[in-house]
Amino acid sequence: MRIELVRRGERSAAMAYLSPLLALLLTLIGGALIVVVWRVVAADLSSPDSGGLAGALGKGCSDYGKFLYVFFIEPLTAMWSLEDLVAKATPIILVAIGLSLCYLSNTWNIGAEGQIAVGAIAGSFLPIFFPEAQGPFILPAMLILGMLGGMAYAAIPALLKIRFGTNEILTSLMLVYVAQLFLDWLARGPWRNPAGHNFPDSRPFDGDQLLPTLFGTNIRISILFVLVAAFAAWFLMRWTRTGFQIRVLGQAPRAGAFAGFSQNKMVLLTFLISGALAGLAGISEVAGPIGQLRTTVSPGYGFTAIIVAFLGRLNPIGAIFAGFLLALSYLGGEGAQIALGMSDQTTRVFQGMLLFFVLACDSFIFYRLQIVRRPVTQTQAVAS
Amino acid sequence: MELIRGGAGQGGQGRQRPDSAPLLQATGVTKLFGSFKANDGIDLAIRPGEIHALLGENGAGKSTLVKILYGSLQPTEGAIAWKGQTVTIASPSAARKLGIGMVFQHFSLFEALTVVENIALALSDRKSRAALAREIEQISAEYGLPLNPNSVIADLSVGERQRVEIVRCLLQSPELIIMDEPTSVLTPQEADDLFVTLDKLTERGCAVLYISHRLEEVKRICHHATILRHGKVVAECDPQKETAARLATMMVGAEVRSLSADIPAPQNSKTRLAVRDLSMPQPHPFAVALDSISFEVKAGEVMAIAGIAGNGQGELFDALSGERPAADAGAVTIDGKACGALGVTARRRLGAAFVPEERLGHGAVPRMKLSDNVLLTRHATGDGLQSGGVIHPDAARQLAERISRAFDVRKGTPDPEAGSLSGGNLQKFVVGREIDRQPGVLVVSQPTWGVDAGAAAIIRQALIDLARSGSAILVISQDLDEVLEIADHVAVISKGHLSPSRPTAGLTREEIGLLMGGVGEPTTSGRGAVHAH
Repeated sequence: MRIELVRRGERSAAMAYLSPLLALLLTLIGGALIVVVWRVVAADLSSPDSGGLAGALGKGCSDYGKFLYVFFIEPLTAMWSLEDLVAKATPIILVAIGLSLCYLSNTWNIGAEGQIAVGAIAGSFLPIFFPEAQGPFILPAMLILGMLGGMAYAAIPALLKIRFGTNEILTSLMLVYVAQLFLDWLARGPWRNPAGHNFPDSRPFDGDQLLPTLFGTNIRISILFVLVAAFAAWFLMRWTRTGFQIRVLGQAPRAGAFAGFSQNKMVLLTFLISGALAGLAGISEVAGPIGQLRTTVSPGYGFTAIIVAFLGRLNPIGAIFAGFLLALSYLGGEGAQIALGMSDQTTRVFQGMLLFFVLACDSFIFYRLQIVRRPVTQTQAVAS
Repeated sequence: MELIRGGAGQGGQGRQRPDSAPLLQATGVTKLFGSFKANDGIDLAIRPGEIHALLGENGAGKSTLVKILYGSLQPTEGAIAWKGQTVTIASPSAARKLGIGMVFQHFSLFEALTVVENIALALSDRKSRAALAREIEQISAEYGLPLNPNSVIADLSVGERQRVEIVRCLLQSPELIIMDEPTSVLTPQEADDLFVTLDKLTERGCAVLYISHRLEEVKRICHHATILRHGKVVAECDPQKETAARLATMMVGAEVRSLSADIPAPQNSKTRLAVRDLSMPQPHPFAVALDSISFEVKAGEVMAIAGIAGNGQGELFDALSGERPAADAGAVTIDGKACGALGVTARRRLGAAFVPEERLGHGAVPRMKLSDNVLLTRHATGDGLQSGGVIHPDAARQLAERISRAFDVRKGTPDPEAGSLSGGNLQKFVVGREIDRQPGVLVVSQPTWGVDAGAAAIIRQALIDLARSGSAILVISQDLDEVLEIADHVAVISKGHLSPSRPTAGLTREEIGLLMGGVGEPTTSGRGAVHAH
């Protein structure tokens, strides 16, 4: 018996939607294995009150039950954590929308984390150098600068690819570390708050320099940017010739050239869009939940957004749902650390498994499984 | 050489099918793909020492049957017996161990490696390179397949590359060789050489399963033919006793519509497509540079560019379509407007249309719906498919439907993905998409490549009709029958150089074949004129 992947005639629309759910299920199973094995390995089986292997297994299972509750349910039970969920989902979704466009055009921007940092730096320029600046224009100016910063930084790998044919996966990823170290240097050095008791932070922003909150909660208006960006990206992909160009060049570059579309223009355009959205996410973090420029402004949102983009089927609306799930994994990871004493890497492991499984399950959009039972006959020996 | 060629030609007359027990016998072979029966109870008996033709349209189930015999697919039902013993052919390597070899239509050779290196890669037992080279030389001498083991593949012609594939197959001393469309890429002369080799193989008792579309050729060399239609064996016959028309009827199941080009091409009409001194450097080391190509196509006529694959056809197509514009604007003129340096969209706006050789991934995006594929070439030609950058999907769907109706594109759902159509149907769609525009100039490459006879007739008729309505048509084709059938003028491209064009009336296959092989080049008037200056 052997298992074959058989190509489907057409892509399966049902599988395109089922794949993320299947991946989530497999991630939960994978998580269960890890927790149970961890419990069994950590248990001291020789001690009389351990209950032996069965006891360790039982403890592992009950721990996993607790873990599931802490990770997925508990963050949804209190208003403050729901607000926190929105705050974390906002930058992730913003970045993921831009990355979706990039990936649809077969352009691989892996450096959103760096574009977030540069966006934060560019936007923080105003409040740091003009701390007294207030009024209706200061925040829009900061946001625009942030977007321009992200765009400019994303333009580097795009132009390198167009001019020299460099691999944008490598260049955009390497530029992340350049941006992060530059931000670190700024926050510790020239842009450090002179009245900040030597903490490596900038001056705190205040007043009109901060994103306003909505409905008396801690939710900031940046969530509206998410909705606008998602709708705009959806419209672009669904209804415009530019969106059509992105899809054609992403799927069949030769056919795109035959249609008269320019691959180079599209590389630049998708990098600029995703850079702008990452920059917006960056400045929205420092002008929002953080409130000042710090040595780091993102706990890996730029990388998480890659998972969100794929989990959301490279669809801007899908990215919203996937973004909330991944934001939940940040909150859940913190909860698991506090309540169960699990490693702070739990979130990373969960996210990694999810990406792994969603990419694997995506094979079933174009292929289906077939189990072939080979008849075993005496002549098999002749043939082999 | 001439003597041997003559011998092979005469050998074709009165071939007797050897009267011996079958080497391979397939009984009731059925293959299901889901609910679709690709093969339906096929019986096939191949005797040692015979050339057995397997005929059928695209989609008749030939490839499936061959894949089952070569072990890459397993039959759903039915049995295969090899020398009287039932066998399970689990994989191609099992097939090779039994003594079944295969020469594929598309070669799998590494261009940067030598002949002996390519062959060594495919062999499981490790021999020294020198010993293998000696063995290659021995086999190539024995079967009349001249080959230098140390040549790099990139330097070889298509015919020579095929010899590498055949020698690679012969090194495993097979008793049955399956050949998939072996002559589709060869000149008539190269094909004759291949037939000599086939005769030598059969003399030694080796059987050949010969898959071909070319009925004249099957009549000439094959002892026996099995004809498939819709996955079933519809007839078995001695091809020498049938006419080509009768064989075609058996394949298609109905009389093939004959073309009507009764109206002659108009005389002294205006030139719509002119190419003057078009030269292009090689885009990459394995490509062909174009060498001062000049020709004209007038309103109302079909001009063909014949030639063996890989002599610059692809490069010429890209230069004509504008996918790779030339440096000199005057190199290409469409309806009097110099456009050599313009891109493909600008040329389309001048009234030109293009159909590339490769349907999937070049002429159409496989994973996109037909309505999206309509947009691919017609988004900027004033068809109302978009305004201000916003797409009108309904208009695109209606246009796709109109094209499908006009060109009899058969599809399962109203707007399927391009990749789900069969080759013939997709080609009708891709050609129809351009003809629907009534373009002034149409450049089409390999219009009926890998397309069944019915679809080919529809496409060729549409090309002729478009020309007679006043358009200029350029067909780049390797298929000589097609060239002679539809073209008014023909020129031959060889190593990036184009011969002067000649009227097809009165031209024979052999004359074009000689030009294709480059034999006629030094004596053609074009070259002569250059030397005279």
